[in-house]
Amino acid sequence: MAERGASPLIAVGRWVHGLDPNMRRIVLYGCILAAGISAPFVFEAYTFAIAVLWVMILFALTWDILGGQMGYNSLGNIAFFGIGMYICAIVQIGLYYDVALYTAHDGAVNIHYTPEQYFTGLALGIVAGGLGAMAFAVVFGLIVFGLRGPYFAIGTLGVALAAPELIGAWDYVGGGGGISLPNYPGGPDERSRLFYYLCLIFAFATFGFLKWLYSTRFGLAINAIRDDEEKAEGMGLHTMRYKMIGWSIAAFFLGLSGAVFGNMIGFIEPLEVAFPTVTFGIFMIVMCLMGGKGTLWGPVIGATLFHTIKEVTWAHMLGWQWVALGVLIIVTVVFFQQGIVGWLKNAFPEWYGITVDEAVSAESDADIAARLTRSEAAE
Amino acid sequence: MTEMIEVRGVTKAFGGVIANNEISVDVPEGRITGLIGPNGSGKTTLFNSIVGYHPIDRGSVKFEGREISDMRVQQIARLGLLRTFQQTRIYSKMNGVQNMLISLPHHSETYKSMFQKYPPEVTEKAERLLDFVGLYQKRLLISGELSFGQQKLLEFAMALMNEPRVLLLDEPTAGINPTLINGLIDRLKSASSELGVTLFVIEHNMSVIMTLADNIYCLANGRVLAHGAPDEIQNDQRVINAYLGGHYIADDGDDGEN
Repeated sequence: MAERGASPLIAVGRWVHGLDPNMRRIVLYGCILAAGISAPFVFEAYTFAIAVLWVMILFALTWDILGGQMGYNSLGNIAFFGIGMYICAIVQIGLYYDVALYTAHDGAVNIHYTPEQYFTGLALGIVAGGLGAMAFAVVFGLIVFGLRGPYFAIGTLGVALAAPELIGAWDYVGGGGGISLPNYPGGPDERSRLFYYLCLIFAFATFGFLKWLYSTRFGLAINAIRDDEEKAEGMGLHTMRYKMIGWSIAAFFLGLSGAVFGNMIGFIEPLEVAFPTVTFGIFMIVMCLMGGKGTLWGPVIGATLFHTIKEVTWAHMLGWQWVALGVLIIVTVVFFQQGIVGWLKNAFPEWYGITVDEAVSAESDADIAARLTRSEAAE
Repeated sequence: MTEMIEVRGVTKAFGGVIANNEISVDVPEGRITGLIGPNGSGKTTLFNSIVGYHPIDRGSVKFEGREISDMRVQQIARLGLLRTFQQTRIYSKMNGVQNMLISLPHHSETYKSMFQKYPPEVTEKAERLLDFVGLYQKRLLISGELSFGQQKLLEFAMALMNEPRVLLLDEPTAGINPTLINGLIDRLKSASSELGVTLFVIEHNMSVIMTLADNIYCLANGRVLAHGAPDEIQNDQRVINAYLGGHYIADDGDDGEN
C-alpha cells in the first residue's frame, strides 16, 4: 500500500533526476514562479502574508550582498527601505499637491486621485524610491566605508537609528505622525493583488540580478574583499568601487521594496513602518544566517523558513511569539551560523564541485604527447 | 642596465624605533636581487615602505623612474609593483582557480569590465599557472584548506597572474617542505628569465638566496650593512658577525631577541 501511495512521487523524483541540470533549473524556477503567481488566488486569505514573504526574501538577498558575499556586516540596511518608502510617498503626493499642506491636513481632507494620477505617481515614486535610496547609499558609503569589522556594523546601526529620529522631527513629511498614502482607485482585492505582484516581481528581479552579478568578476571581487581586503588592495583591486557599487545595489532594491511596502500598508510613519530596525532590520540578518550567508540560495531558504515559523507562531502561540522568535534567533546565531546551505556545503562538498581533479596537469594527454614528440625531434 | 626600483635615503620610524634608517637600494631590471639580515633588521619594513603600506618619514622611492612614495598601495600595485606576504595571504574561502582569476591585473579595469565574465583563455591561463606551481589537481579545493606550503605556492602563482613588472617576495621558501625548495627556486628563476619579472627577495635560507640572487643587500639595525655579489656577501666579516651573534659583541642588542 505504502509503495503504491508513494509511487507517483517516486516517478516524479526519477523524472527530475533524469533531467539535465539546465532543464532541472527551468523546472525549479517554473514551479516557484507558478506557485508565486497562483498564490493570491489559491490562498486568498494569505495574500498579504505571502507578499511579505517576497519582501523578506528581498531583504535577505540584499543584506547578503555585503554581509555574506563581501564580509561587511551592516546593521543599517533598513535605512534604505525607509528612505525609498518616504521618497516614493513624497513623489506620489508632490506630483499633484503641496506635500506640506497634504501632511498638515492629513485625515481631515479627502483627497481624490484619478486612476491615471495614482498609477503615474506610484510608478514614478517606486523608481524614485530605488534611485533615491541608491544616492543615499553613495553618500553614507563615503562615510562608513572608512570603518571595518565591528566599527562598520556600529556605524551603519547609527545611520539606521538616526534616520527615524530625523524624519520624526521633519514636519514637511508629517513628522512622527506619519503620512496616509493616496487611496487606491479600485477594489480591495484588486489592490492587494497589485501590491502582491509588485513584491513578487521585485523579489524575482533581485534574485535574477544577483544570480547574474555573482557570476561576473564582481562576485569574485567582493568575495576577495571578504576573505582579505588588505591582500585585495595589495593586488591592486579597486576595493572602494566594489564596496560602493555593492552597497548601492542593495540600497536600490531595498528602496524599491520600501516604496511598494509603504503603499501596501497604506500608512507610513518613521518608527514602526519605515525604519523597523529591531524587527525587519534584525530579521534580514537572521534569515541570511539561517539559510547560509554568502550563498545565492541561502537567503531565499532562510527567509522562507523564518517567515513561515514567524507566521505560525503568531497564529498558534500568541503571547509567546516574540519568545519563540527570540529563541530561534539565539539558536541560529550561537549554534548554526553556517546555515542550511553552508552546512550542506560542508557535508557534501562534491555537490558544489569542491573536489580533487584526477587529471595530473592542465595539459591534455594530446598536448603532452605533442611536447614529447617535439623534444624527441629536437634531440 | 636600468634600475626598476631606486630607493634613496628612506627613513621610517615607529615611535622611538627607527626601522629603516637612510636606506638606499637599487633593484636592476630583469635580475634577482636578494635582501637578507637578522630578525628585526628592517627588511619587511623596507618592503612595506616601497609598496606604500605606510608613509615613509624621509627619502624617495622611484619605480621605473617615477616617484611612488606618496602613492597608495592599490595605485602602486596597478603600476606593476607587487609584493607577497611573509604570513601567506590568499583568499581562503575561494578555490584556487577563483583566487587566480581575481588576481588578473587591474590597471586597465573599467566599470564595464567589472561586470563581465572571464573569457575561457583567462581561465586556461590560470590553470596553466597553477600547473606551473604544481597545484593543478587541487585547484577546485577551498584554498584555506591547503597546507601552508601549498598556500605559499598559490600566492606566488596569484602574483604571476597579476603580470607584475617587479615582484617583492617576503621569504618565499619559509615553511615549504625542503624537497620542494629546489623546485621553487627553479620556478622563481624561470619567472625571472622567461616571464621577465624582476624579483626582489627577502630570504633567511642562505643556500637558497646564494643560488638565486645576482646581488644581495644585507640589512642590520635598519641600515644597509653590505651590498655585493653572493660570494662577496658570504665572505663579508660584518655580515657574518651580524648573523652569527656579532651583534652581542657590537652591544646594540636592541632588536628584541633574548
